[in-house]
Order: sequence, then structure tokens, then C-alpha cells
Amino acid sequence: MNIALAIDDDVGLEAPLSASEAGPATKRVVVGFGFWIFLLSDIVMFAALFAAYAVLANATAGGPTGAQLFRQTSVAIETGCLLVSSYTCGLMSLAIGSRRYAATYFAALVTFVLGAAFVVLEVREFAGMIAIGAGPQRSAFLSAFFTLVGCHGLHVTAGLIWLAVMMAQVAIKGFPGTVERRLLCFTLFWHALDIVWVWLFTVVYLMGVIA
Amino acid sequence: MTLLGRLDWSAIPFDQPIIMGTVAGMVLVIGSVLLWVTLKGYVPYLWREWITSVDHKRIGVMYLLLALVMLLRGFADAIMMRTQQAMAAGGAQGYLPPEHFDQIFSAHGTIMIFFVAMPLVIGLMNFVVPLQLGVRDVAFPTINSVSFWLTASGVLLTNVSLAIGEFAKTGWVAYPPLSELQFSPGVGVDYYLWSLQISGIGTLLTGVNFVTTILKMRAPGMAYMRMPVFCWTALASNLLIVAAFPVLTATFAMLLLDRYLGFHFFTLDGQGNAMMYVNLFWVWGHPEVYILVLPAFGVYSEVSATFSGKPLFGYRSMVGATMAICVLSYTVWLHHFFTMGASAGINAFFGVASMIIAVPTGVKIFNWLFTMYGGRVRFAVPVLWTIGFMVSFVFGGLTGVLLALPPVDWQVHNSLFLVAHFHHVIIPGVVFAAMAGYNYWFPKAFGFKLEESWGVASFWCWFIGFHLAFMPLYVVGLMGMTRRLQHYDVLAWRPWLLVAEAGAVIILAGVVCQIIQLVVSIRHRGQLRDATGDPWNGRTLEWATASPPPAWNFAVLPRVGDIDAFWAKKQRDRTQQAQPPQERKFEPIELPKNSAIGFIIAFFAVVGGFALIWHIWWMAGVGAIGIFLTVLAFAFRNEEEIRISAQQIARFEQAHPVEIAV
Repeated sequence: MNIALAIDDDVGLEAPLSASEAGPATKRVVVGFGFWIFLLSDIVMFAALFAAYAVLANATAGGPTGAQLFRQTSVAIETGCLLVSSYTCGLMSLAIGSRRYAATYFAALVTFVLGAAFVVLEVREFAGMIAIGAGPQRSAFLSAFFTLVGCHGLHVTAGLIWLAVMMAQVAIKGFPGTVERRLLCFTLFWHALDIVWVWLFTVVYLMGVIA
Repeated sequence: MTLLGRLDWSAIPFDQPIIMGTVAGMVLVIGSVLLWVTLKGYVPYLWREWITSVDHKRIGVMYLLLALVMLLRGFADAIMMRTQQAMAAGGAQGYLPPEHFDQIFSAHGTIMIFFVAMPLVIGLMNFVVPLQLGVRDVAFPTINSVSFWLTASGVLLTNVSLAIGEFAKTGWVAYPPLSELQFSPGVGVDYYLWSLQISGIGTLLTGVNFVTTILKMRAPGMAYMRMPVFCWTALASNLLIVAAFPVLTATFAMLLLDRYLGFHFFTLDGQGNAMMYVNLFWVWGHPEVYILVLPAFGVYSEVSATFSGKPLFGYRSMVGATMAICVLSYTVWLHHFFTMGASAGINAFFGVASMIIAVPTGVKIFNWLFTMYGGRVRFAVPVLWTIGFMVSFVFGGLTGVLLALPPVDWQVHNSLFLVAHFHHVIIPGVVFAAMAGYNYWFPKAFGFKLEESWGVASFWCWFIGFHLAFMPLYVVGLMGMTRRLQHYDVLAWRPWLLVAEAGAVIILAGVVCQIIQLVVSIRHRGQLRDATGDPWNGRTLEWATASPPPAWNFAVLPRVGDIDAFWAKKQRDRTQQAQPPQERKFEPIELPKNSAIGFIIAFFAVVGGFALIWHIWWMAGVGAIGIFLTVLAFAFRNEEEIRISAQQIARFEQAHPVEIAV
């Protein structure tokens, strides 16, 4: 006989199981938890880029410094876009929870537009810096700056593509379990990008201007 | 801009007979295997049951196969280096020109760490962990397949470098400024970087997958403190992967930006900082040591408990020691470069932290000894590897404690003493464990045991050969021989290097014995068959199902009430009256559907990686768009699971009755 069936069937199992003994978790928990772990790894990657930036922040090789380059107004608008988009992303979660299609699309659209505005502003900032000869090849400081901020920008861009694909999935498939779990992961991702941006804003732009 | 970037016929080293001979041999072997598979009509079977499989057991076996094949490649490099150093004394130059020798030592290190040790460990975890946890698969089976195939992509790119272009000449750590474009303008470093970036993504996904599996998917009743120790060590190892591999990815990304877009992270100009690379590399690199060795400790724990017929001594202290090492592994990276010139205080901190790791490791050694003490130890092949490990590893560890003293390290930094030390911990630590695990779990995977006498012979060849090959390196290291020498003038070193060469040849005999063991076992599988599913009188849940286990592992998820759940059940059944077999009801099981996504992504990753190495930009675009479209198509597929009916399960259970072997 297959004893897998019978292992400990004679052990009293009437007592309620503690959380760690409850058996495999539901799919939603597994997927959400797994994505959290992935986000942690992503944040570790950003940590390495932050560390590199901190080491190289003053390595300007005679080139321009952060204080000379950073434009607070543009950065403030970028921050506003991203933070508000996190709020609308939260509204999207609520709409998904109550299966309201129109509200989901609308919240996603606003989130997308705000995210896209963020990316456009960042690209303009980068283009402006490159135009005045302050590109990533100029100094180690600028290499680290473009890599750190650009990596976050790439994440936001990837998030925009992901959001667009998810809306197509909602339109075609509705809200089956798979789509709902992916949307859950997307919202986690989007909020995590906000957290990274808050650090970026502080370490790169605020501290850069103070220095 | 040409259509093929930097690639032209000069990339193939036609003037190098050794390389061209090897390439011809490899092409011949791979070609004839493919031809044989095609002619025999195995392709549909392989595609259906292996290549597109998302079953953790199949993926685990494929990881191990990949690792063993690459072990042959890495070992061939080793023999070539030993032969070169045995020859090139005094005025002699040996048979390998410097630029080839440099590629060999770089490839040897890269392959052995990333494409042998890692897949060995990940393969064992893949096969064993879900079975030990009493569940049907890992948390994300399809991603698991993607992980494997990305690793295989990295392997393929590394091997392609042999025929087309060159491999890095920088050593396996690729320190800048040597690895920067200025000093390494060829494609070697690019092969290194892209292979490891691609396989690194696979490894990271494995880490995410297994952390989730172990923390969120255990059989009912399996509280944390009832998990088998191998699962604990797998958890620690995967936590380290999640926290360490992103650093490597970021570091390599910086070096790639330096090389491709003229950034200044590590360059000599633009105020780059080469030492930052070294720091970041070892922030990944030291945890990597424990990523490899902790699961190995898990294997030794399982083997010593099973073959002593006793529960593991000090289970709680073993878990504590494992997690302590997991945390401490992040506090020691600087001991890889005490000579950087940090202040005495910093060096002292990292030196002391390194020595502290010896404490939990010592706890483990004593736990294994006390597990065996008073037990009825059966000297099966896995036990030989375990005892061989304990004897060697203690000494290897002690030379590590020696190296952790900054003043000593200053003397022997980058000498063969160091080379001897890390081989002394990694070969007995990881390779011996993989061999123990291979012999231990083989019957579970294939339903028959490995032949014993060739296994014993292989162990002794490895054990003796290892000591002959590496003990002399301590001596020449203390005599002042630095690592990576293509030739040398000091004739006093030569006798020791001849002994080391002899040792390498004896290890080769061990490898041959292992191949013979496998062939003999397959031919005599009738006699070696194990119908019980429990050939070793095991303690943990993987032995509670048929060998090989069905795709669903367990018809009904086991319920766990003890640390050694299976052993406890057997004990109870022995003391209780035999009960008449009950009529059992099976429920249908949903299993994830096979998927070609891993293979297709890997295909485009190879295309994209190769294109980036050779600056073929349009082809890199093909690779990237191909991956994107593959993922998109996968996201839109409708059926994700297949249903195994209750009748099918009942049929399997009748055909494979598993007896309690007590």
C-alpha cells in the first residue's frame, strides 16, 4: 500500500493546526508571496546600484556635479506623477476587487498616463544633460547617476508595458484567477517602484543638491 | 556597420590544433548523440517528457546531467593546467601558449562554480525538496523550467566561446581594470559576462521559487521544526541566492556598461573605482560559497542519519547553525582581499567575522559525528563520501581560519596556498556531497540502485587523488608560487607539481569509475531494482512514495507529526497490529501543464546573448523581441493545468504497491 496515504493518520489531528502546519497555501498566497520575494531581490539589486552611486557620488572627474545639474522643478513633478499614480493604482485594485470594468480601465489609464509622464520627464532630463556634455561617459559620478536613475526608469517603462498587457487580458479574459493574481503582482510592483523612487529622490536629488 | 558585427572567419582559431581538436571532438560527440536520438525516434519522447517538462523531478535530473557533463569539461581544463605546470619549469614553456592557458584557468573556475557546483546543488534541491516536504511540485513549476533552460543557455554560450572567438583571460573573477575594454578588447570577457548574466537570471528565479516553496508549501502538519534538515539548508541557500545574485547582476551590468557604452564605473579614467568591483563581486561571492555548501551539509545530514539508523543528533542546533551561517556569510566578504589596503580595524573586523563562521560549522561537524556515534553505521557509498568529507573538510576549514588572519593572508594572498585552501573546502564540501546525494537519491529517481563496488572504487580514487593533487599546492604556495602561472623558473617547485599532476590523474580514474558505475548499473538494473521505494530504510517523506515517483508525487498529501515523519510511521506500524488494507478514495489531481516556454526563451536568450557578444545589433533585437513575444503568448494561453483522474491514480497505486520496509 502507499503509506503516503496513511502517514500519521493515527495521530490525533482534531486539534486545530497552527499556521505553519496548515499544509500548502492557496495559489493567491503563493503567487503574492513569491512576487514579494522577487521584489526583495529587485530591491537588493537597487541596493547595489545605490552603493555604487554613494561610492562614486563625488567622482566627477572635473565634470559637473549634481548640484549644478539637477533641476528641482522637473524632479518634483516627476515625484508627484509617480506618487499619484500609486494612489490611482490602489484605486484600480479596489475596482478589480469589485469587478467593475469601467473603473478598472479608467484607473489603469490614469496610472498609465502618470507613469508615462514620469518617463517622458526623465528622458527629457537625461537628454538635456547629454546635450550639455554631461552624459554617462563624462565621469564615474554621471555613470552611476544614469545607471541608478535609468534602471528605475526602465522598471517604470516595463511596468507600463505590463499594465497595457494586463488591460488587454482583462478585456479578453475578464477576471479569472490568473489575471487577478497577475494584477495583484503588478500593483505590488508599482508600489515597490515608488518606494525605490523615494530613496532615489532622497539620496540622489535632495542630498545631491545639499552637497 | 556590417551585418555580422565583429564576427568573421578569423574568430575561429584554425591555427590552434588543441582547440580545433577539442572542438571537432565536441561537435562529433554532440552530433552523433543528436543523430542517434533522431534515428531512434526519441525526439518526440524527449520533447514531451523532458524538454517541455515542468516536473521538478525531471528538471532536477536534467540539472544534474548538465552538471556532470560540465564537470567533464571543467575537469579536462584542470588536467590541462596541471600538465602544463608539470612541464613548464625552468626554461620550458610547456605545450599551452599563455593566451590559451589564461583562457583555460578562467573557464575552469567559471565552469566549475557556475555550471558544475551550482547545477549540482540546484539539481539535488529540485529533485528532493518537494518530495521531502510532501508536496506535488515547487511553487512555480513553469518558472522552474525557465530557470533550468536559462542555465543551459549560459552553459551553451560558454562552450561556444571555445570554437568561435575566445573566453575571458582574466581569471574567473574578471577584475577590472584588466577586464575593461582597454585591456581586454576581445570577446572573451563578453562571453563571460553574458553567459553569467543569462544563467544568473535563471538562478535568481530558482531562489525565488524555492524560498516560496519551502515557506508556503509543506505537507499538512509539517511545522518549520519538523522540516528535514536538507530542506532547511535549501531554504538558507535560496535565501542567499535571492539576496546575493542581484548584486552580481548589478555588478556585471556595470562592467557591461563600461565595456559597451563607455561608462566609468571601474575604468582607470573618469575617476572610476576598480576596487568597487572587487567589493561588489565578493558581496555576492562569499554568500555564493554558502549557497553551495549549505545544501551539501544538508545531504551529509540526511546521509549520516539514514545510514546510522538514528535521528540526526542535535536537530535544533543544526538548524540554528545553518541559519547562523546564512546570516554571517554577509559579514566576511572583505577577507577575499585583505591586501586592498583597508585600515587595520576593517581587516580585523572581517578577519574575526570569518573565524566566527568556524563555530557553527564546527557544531555541524560534531552533530554528524554524534549522529554516527553509537549508531549501526552501514558503509554504503554515500557514507564513504560523507566520512571522506568530514576528514578532509576539517583540515580545509582550518587552513581557512589561518587565511582569515590578515597578516597571514598578506603573505599567501593569491598564492597556490589559497588555491589549495578553496579546493580543499569546495571539493570535499560540495562535490563529495553531490556524489553522496547522487548515490543516495539515484534509486528514488530511477527505481534501481547504483552498483556498489564501482562506487567504492570511484570514492577511493577521488579521495586519494584529491589529497595528492592539492596537498602539494599548500607546500608550493608557502614556497612562494603564485596562482595562474603559465611557466616558472623555480625548479624546486616542480616535484610537488608532478605529484599534483599524479593526483589529478587519479581523480580522472575516479571519474572513469563513476561513468563505468552508471553504465554497469543501467545494464544490471534488473538485479539492482528496488520495488519498495525505500531502499535505505529512510526517514523522510521522499521514501514514502514509489520509485520513481509518479508525476503527482503523493496520491494523497501525507500528514506529518514528527521530524522524521516516515520513520515514525514505520515504527508505529511495527509496534501495532497489521491492519487490513483499507479501501482508499482518491481525488483527482491538477498538475501544471507541460510548457515549451523555458526552451523557447532559452533559445532566444542564446541568440540575443551571442548577438550582444559579437555586436550584431539586429540579432540582439530579434532575441529580445522573441523573448517578449514568447512571454506574451504564454500569458494568453488558456489551459494551464491538466487533470489526473482518480481512476488513473488508483491504477498507478495498484501497479506500484509500496511496502513498508521495516
